Amino acid sequence: MEAFLHQFLSGLANGGIYASIGLALVMIYQATHHINFAQGEQGMFSAYVALVLVQAGFPYWAAFLLALTFGFVTGVLIERVIIRRFEQAPVLSVVVVFLGLLFIINSLAGWLFTYNVQAFPSPFPAGLGSRFLSAHEIGMIGVTLVTLLLIYLFFRFTPLGLAMRAAAQNPDASRLVGIRVGWMLALGWGLAGAVGAIAAIMAAPIVYIEPNMMAGILLYGFAAALLGGINNPWGAAAGGFIVGVIENLAGAYVVGTELKLSVALVIIIVVLVTRPAGLFGYTIMTRV
Amino acid sequence: MALAHGDMPGTLRATSAGAGARLLPIVALAALLVLACLVPFVVSSYRLLQLTSVVIYAIALLGLNILTGYNGQISLGHGAFFAIGAYTTAILLERTGIPYWATIPIAGAICLAVGFLFGLPALRLEGHYLALSTFALAVATPQLLKFRLLEHWTGGVQGTYVPGFKAPFGLPLAWDQWLYFLSLAFAIVLFVLARNLLRGNTGTAIIAIRDHPIAAASMGINISLYKSLTFGVSAMYTGIAGALSGLVAQFVSPDSFSIFVSLGFLVGSVIGGVASISGAVFGAFFIEFIPNFADQISKAATWAVYGSFLIAFMYLMPTGVAGFPARIWKRLRPSRAVG
Repeated sequence: MEAFLHQFLSGLANGGIYASIGLALVMIYQATHHINFAQGEQGMFSAYVALVLVQAGFPYWAAFLLALTFGFVTGVLIERVIIRRFEQAPVLSVVVVFLGLLFIINSLAGWLFTYNVQAFPSPFPAGLGSRFLSAHEIGMIGVTLVTLLLIYLFFRFTPLGLAMRAAAQNPDASRLVGIRVGWMLALGWGLAGAVGAIAAIMAAPIVYIEPNMMAGILLYGFAAALLGGINNPWGAAAGGFIVGVIENLAGAYVVGTELKLSVALVIIIVVLVTRPAGLFGYTIMTRV
Repeated sequence: MALAHGDMPGTLRATSAGAGARLLPIVALAALLVLACLVPFVVSSYRLLQLTSVVIYAIALLGLNILTGYNGQISLGHGAFFAIGAYTTAILLERTGIPYWATIPIAGAICLAVGFLFGLPALRLEGHYLALSTFALAVATPQLLKFRLLEHWTGGVQGTYVPGFKAPFGLPLAWDQWLYFLSLAFAIVLFVLARNLLRGNTGTAIIAIRDHPIAAASMGINISLYKSLTFGVSAMYTGIAGALSGLVAQFVSPDSFSIFVSLGFLVGSVIGGVASISGAVFGAFFIEFIPNFADQISKAATWAVYGSFLIAFMYLMPTGVAGFPARIWKRLRPSRAVG
């Protein structure tokens, strides 16, 4: 029982990372109907920025905030400079553009920071740990919950959040009431970049930092977003926690770590086959 | 999900080309074929190996084009069928007395069946959901190939060797030349079959399902059957390509079928032109040669160069290489009132 509880809780902790990435994916999906395959790599790059700053002597949380800012600014820039030019392009072309971004960011990170696997500091004091969870896992859950809360408050209670939601839901009507839709999209990309950065910085002490660290995490985040329902941000966050728990329990009790990823994905797909719109999503009706 | 319609080739339209315009592509194709047959006698064996890969990739991409371009089902997992094809050939050659040429259609048949079976549950999934499922298939493939219980067959992490062979009938061809011609022969047959399939009633049904599933259903098209069958045929093409690649590499191992094979196929397919037959050839050249080219430009950041190529290509040719001439023509043509 104790071992089970341990696996369950540490699954929840990992799930927080998947939830953040899932949320970042959904934020961009809602505004543009594209899945950003480069989301994980953007986060990874921001995590490297944090690492460089910490090594240069910055206090951890200052480095954390600066890395978040970096994630935000690069997100905005990527939207403004590259993605905007593909607004009218076919869906698959946009997918290839995202793959191109993934390759570019990954390769630049390897070039600038080397492909060596490096340790990453955790800001949480060891005394925080308990019988079931390490200090970092507890801190990670805390950071995830705070992030989700802040995002919720931002979208629910600020005029800018409202404008962003409006721009995503009905661009034409938003333009008519004076919202600058293009900039709202760019802001959405920036926010997603910052949230992705949080996920990567929180994941880095566990998976260690290297240019390919986010490959598996992005896949789980993708699965989380789809499982929860790609058109529902809170569903995506819940999906993240569910995926984390499934992954850990499948790894511990069903097949062992070597097939963990495959089994987790199969379970998710079985769920999706029975509920094609995701657990908390809604089916889109189209008039014919 | 709207994929790539409008001015894409493969969209339903009436053709009213004259006899002269009809003859031109045939002459061009014949010339290309003669050229393709002469190539093995003039280029180095390294180049020949690359060109054999191009032919094999073209078959695989054609399979993906039939599914994604013509039927509108996105697959991020065709590397899995490529792997199944290669492993089928390897295992059959290693364990049975079946001649190597007979293993290729067997690999195709197995992939047809697996693709059809995978296509059945995938029917319920569309767009991004299908992309995730096929992606999962691609991720699971190397893990399954390494799996302990299958190790007896697959050779586990180490992989397994594929025995070599000589050209038949005493043909004066080296091993690599013969493989090139074998691949080319398969490619020609499969391209002609695909063209006929897509031009006929079946092709019309496949395209109609992509463009308007509800209208297609009300015309009496059995959507689930057609979609699963398309999945199967697509997997068969990619599986045959995989079998040929196993023969060429003379070795199969789980790590040669990572997720990047599947992503490479998607990239090649889109860059070439996803709803076109000729696009498969352009895409095959792209995935064989552009990574090398990027490597020559910058050793340190090869993939950054490659990624920039992808974005630049998509910016200049959003509908792929195959759709490029039509786009240019549309731009240059004196504009008329378009309805």
